Amino acid sequence: MINKNKYLYKGYLPTIGIECHVQLKTKTKLFSGIDNDARDAKPNTLVSHICFGLPGSLPVLNEEALVLGSKAGFALNSRPQRNSHFDRKHYFYPDLPKGYQITQFEAPIVLGGSVKIVVNDEDLVIGITRAHLEEDAGKSTHDVGKDYSLVDLNRAGTPLLEIVSEPDIHSSAEAKAYARELHLLMQYADVSEANLYYGNMRFDVNVSVSKDDNLGTRSETKNLNSFKSVEKTVDYEIKRQVDLLEKGQAIVQETRGFDDSKQRTFSQRTKEDAHDYRYFPEPDIPPIVLSDEFIDSIKLSMPIMPDAWRASLSTAKLDSAQIELLLESEIENPSVSYLSVINQFLDKPEELKKIANWIINIEIPLRKEKPSLTLYDDSVRSKQYIEVFKLLNSGDLSSNGTQELITYLLTSEEEIIDVSVFANKKGLTQNSNKDELGDIVSKILADNPKAVDDIKSGEDKVIGFLVGQVMKASKGSANPGLAQKIIRDQINSL
Amino acid sequence: MKTWDNIVKISRSVNDGKLSAVDLVNESLSLIDASHDYNAIISTIKKRALERAKIIDNAVKSGKNMGRLAGVPFIAKDNFLTFGGETTAASNILKGFNAPYQSSAIEKLESEGAICVAKANLDAFAHGASTENSDFMITKNPHDKDRVPGGSSGGSAASVVLGLAPFSIGTDTGGSIRQPAAFSGCIGLKPTYGLISRSGVVAMASSTDCIGPMTRTVGEASLLLDIMSGRDSLDSTTIDKDSLGYITLDSDIKGKKIGLVKEYFDESLSPDIKASIDDMVNKLKTAGAEIIDISLPILPSALAVYYILCPAEVSSNLSRYDGQRFGYSYKAANDLNESYSESRALGFGKEAKRRIIIGTYVLSSGYYDAYYKKAQLVRTKIVNDFHKAFKSVDFLLGPVAPTQAFKIGEKSNDPLAMYLSDVLTVAPNLAGIPAITIPIDIKNNLPVAIQLMAAQKNDRKLLGAAKKIEELV
Repeated sequence: MINKNKYLYKGYLPTIGIECHVQLKTKTKLFSGIDNDARDAKPNTLVSHICFGLPGSLPVLNEEALVLGSKAGFALNSRPQRNSHFDRKHYFYPDLPKGYQITQFEAPIVLGGSVKIVVNDEDLVIGITRAHLEEDAGKSTHDVGKDYSLVDLNRAGTPLLEIVSEPDIHSSAEAKAYARELHLLMQYADVSEANLYYGNMRFDVNVSVSKDDNLGTRSETKNLNSFKSVEKTVDYEIKRQVDLLEKGQAIVQETRGFDDSKQRTFSQRTKEDAHDYRYFPEPDIPPIVLSDEFIDSIKLSMPIMPDAWRASLSTAKLDSAQIELLLESEIENPSVSYLSVINQFLDKPEELKKIANWIINIEIPLRKEKPSLTLYDDSVRSKQYIEVFKLLNSGDLSSNGTQELITYLLTSEEEIIDVSVFANKKGLTQNSNKDELGDIVSKILADNPKAVDDIKSGEDKVIGFLVGQVMKASKGSANPGLAQKIIRDQINSL
Repeated sequence: MKTWDNIVKISRSVNDGKLSAVDLVNESLSLIDASHDYNAIISTIKKRALERAKIIDNAVKSGKNMGRLAGVPFIAKDNFLTFGGETTAASNILKGFNAPYQSSAIEKLESEGAICVAKANLDAFAHGASTENSDFMITKNPHDKDRVPGGSSGGSAASVVLGLAPFSIGTDTGGSIRQPAAFSGCIGLKPTYGLISRSGVVAMASSTDCIGPMTRTVGEASLLLDIMSGRDSLDSTTIDKDSLGYITLDSDIKGKKIGLVKEYFDESLSPDIKASIDDMVNKLKTAGAEIIDISLPILPSALAVYYILCPAEVSSNLSRYDGQRFGYSYKAANDLNESYSESRALGFGKEAKRRIIIGTYVLSSGYYDAYYKKAQLVRTKIVNDFHKAFKSVDFLLGPVAPTQAFKIGEKSNDPLAMYLSDVLTVAPNLAGIPAITIPIDIKNNLPVAIQLMAAQKNDRKLLGAAKKIEELV
């Protein structure tokens, strides 16, 4: 049982369910061999006879969508169903070429599941009703003042996974946390680019309020494409509905949209305009039967999911803010992985904590600041971090030096493997061995009397030559600044 | 009427350089021209057909073998998408539609050197049993111009019987190949569901639509099935062809069990047809077949099931004809809804609208369970009952239609009477089993035919027995 009281707004309990359309990252569309990535394509250039709904065209299911849909099933704490099938959903619209959408109505690929979220340090489980595969429609553009509309069918037939939550959400903070967690799950499961800007994930938010145990009449606000708009929509709808009820007015079951500039929802159509979709099983696509072998192989291929990371990282005493920052940062830049570096230290909590901190405090901000930064292999960076850790442990490196050294390592044009030599060269090691360097300098000065004389007679630039000799003799390990100082000291005292 | 040589012989002569494909195409085109009063043909594909014929003739001259149908002209029902001309499905809403791709069946025939010369008339969108529902014209029965040729593949059937081309292809959703084959007098094969790709064929009812050849002999139908059948990456409901193909047939009927379906011989069956079938049954008995009386009590439900499921799928499949992208579009519309409703109101004929309305009704919420869902349950029972029947017999035999070809206008104002002409043909479509029409007699100057059915994927076996019946005629 939930603690209702903390959710009450003017005595009303808000109840929220969220439907999320996730665009799957298949190479080609759901039912035709046409490129699925329409981002840079001119309108209506990624269209086949199938996308166009020409007479005689038949859908042929893209198997990759079954793989990604199944992965999403595991990501949602569920598993794909052995048997599912497609249905036709009928309505007329110019961006729906066949006059029906092919979707899964009766038997979806995923039935049941759950998503764990944390709100105000409290763990909550949001139930998943189902997740089903379907094709996207095209895109309609209605320019103001024009007596025509434009239709782009590039997106028609793009595979979507619609994830339907149970009405287990009761606040805007929970709604936002759920949306954010879904976004994380879809990226970790590698089923979607999950780029919100491009509409790869779109949320439909159902909100109702009630004073008793019966659910109130709900509104559905469609096509939200940011966590913030999900949050704002819930807040706005709770207030709007409660205000109406308090005024003695009824809530109309309706579809609403969200106006980003006004940060409020607005009515789009009421239930009277609701369609009878006349679903029936799609006869052009045989029922889907997934073998146990297929399902097991998908399960085995699943990467480490956010919850598993949270568990291991908190064992290493990282706090939840740090963990969430790592989990979020991991997916921001697809070409770099922090977790695969950290992954190598799972059995060394002390190192893990230190290195995680360096990643959080040095590497992540640095990469945000300079997105063009040269990227080294995760294994190279792991080795570098181990070396830095050793230097720090042996007392050769100050904490200040650590930050500088790691910055150097990450920004260096070339790959640096021998970190301690590099640290010495850059003068970052704390106790550069003065005696050893003194001995080298003495020998160099003795071997180069002319250079010493030149310096004495004022040709100061020759000192560079002597520093070079010292560097050569120390095989590059000397701190050149320190070397120069010792050279001057020794010449002056000659 | 022209009597063409067997297509095997024609293609051999073309490949040997003894016959010119160009001459064959020209001959077919002039025959079409001469028989235009039968209204069998909607349009010819003259330019492309002659171009293809020239290519074939030249290739033969340079010593190439151009395939098993080299230079053989054929006629396709106008619901097959073809290059070189319009594809209308005999509907006003598709008038002027030039297909940017070809149906897989046509592609396969062309890859063996066949040449599509013309598109045959049909009931618009294949909705009908007489071609009277064509939005353009009514095809006449080759034996009696006052009578219908059957339908919906009436133009294809009439073409073969009139000898406009050596063969034609049609589609059979509830009997649309077999019934016109019986009325007009040719071989009409409806193969196992999925054996020939539906890609590029204007869909009627997706779950029962079948493509098949219409020929003068069983052997030619076998060759054409061999060429057109098999899996197609453009149609995920297609199945593998028989590993032995369909060319060499076992026509030995000795010891084979043939079931006479009791429900197919009720009082509504014309006595003339019954008498002809009895004669054939006796011949089969003499030839060594074992004749068994069999009952499939579910069969009388088949027509009801068909006229729920078929309109349901039709209403869905016709949704794409909305006047927005291709085909007829009402240009004077003031808004989107008017564009939809007027384009469809003016573009579709009466029968298409009737089926859209019935289909929309049976799929509507509140009625779905009572109609569509219940019909699917009965369909499953029909499938199972046929399956059971074929455990005890090799073939089922019966008439194709209760009557011989009826008169033009006789049933066109009574849709229910028209639907009843499908009563004996719809069950094999619902069960997905192969069935074939074989003309066995002429009575009242009109053909009489029988229908032979076999279990799913037993097309080869079916053709073997059909060949035997053909010999016994």
